[in-house]
Amino acid sequence: MEHASFVIGSYIVTFASIGAYIWWFLRRAKNLAQNATSEDMPWT
Amino acid sequence: MTHTASTGTVATRRLGLLSIALLALTVILGLFVSDEDVIQGSTVRIMYVHVPTIWVAYMAFAFTAVCSAIYLSGKNRSLAWDRVGGASAEIGVLFVAISLVTGSLWGRITWGTYWVWDARLTSTAFLFITYVGYLAVRRLGGTQRQRAKRSAVLALLAVLEIPLVHFSVRLWRSLHQEASVANRGTDVELDGLMLFTLFLGLVAFTVLYVWMMLHRQRGIALEDALADKGLDVAIEQRRAESVVN
Repeated sequence: MEHASFVIGSYIVTFASIGAYIWWFLRRAKNLAQNATSEDMPWT
Repeated sequence: MTHTASTGTVATRRLGLLSIALLALTVILGLFVSDEDVIQGSTVRIMYVHVPTIWVAYMAFAFTAVCSAIYLSGKNRSLAWDRVGGASAEIGVLFVAISLVTGSLWGRITWGTYWVWDARLTSTAFLFITYVGYLAVRRLGGTQRQRAKRSAVLALLAVLEIPLVHFSVRLWRSLHQEASVANRGTDVELDGLMLFTLFLGLVAFTVLYVWMMLHRQRGIALEDALADKGLDVAIEQRRAESVVN
């Protein structure tokens, strides 16, 4: 594949950024949920 | 009562699995199966992530504006609309940033430079900065109602930039190509599998956006609930101190 580093790099940037953001907000929510009651989480 | 579960439900788990499957298929088709373009060669493969990410960003910002309008026009002014709008804008900022980076990588190969002060690129960068500002405004002090009101007004103004970004390639002389699929006036034709991969990418990233939105707005709801509790505890402590004194 021509320009493979740019092409594969664009996929890596995309999925690494999304993955990092998802990891951050899931981890934050998990930490917050430790101190929450069931009234705070009506979806559960 | 302490919970180990956080923002997930059976529905979000199923949606997450669907999103992973669709994204995996997009990557396989985009990187290995679909043909190279006659003119662009293999760089056309960047399109399968670049176009869906800017699509999600537009959609996310438009949805933030809809939520803001509902919040401001509603009689009871539910803060849930503010949280959903805020979560959507946060995701939109991430996706517009990714779109700028992948577009820049594509530009390096096609134009020979990572960045030019072209109408489309400049207006997209301005869109990104505007919504970073929106997120900053959400973090200013004040009550949750104050946050909701000021950010809703800002979201309704900021969304006006989207048509400007989208039509910038027609309004000004631009290096960036015009829409290849939606615009019938061009001589660009996409091969069947290329078109399928592009639409699959749009669907996959849209499902991912919905999944992220559900989780993030629940996360913001938790932040707000715990902030309220913290404030209640502080007020009670202050009252207790004043009684003792």
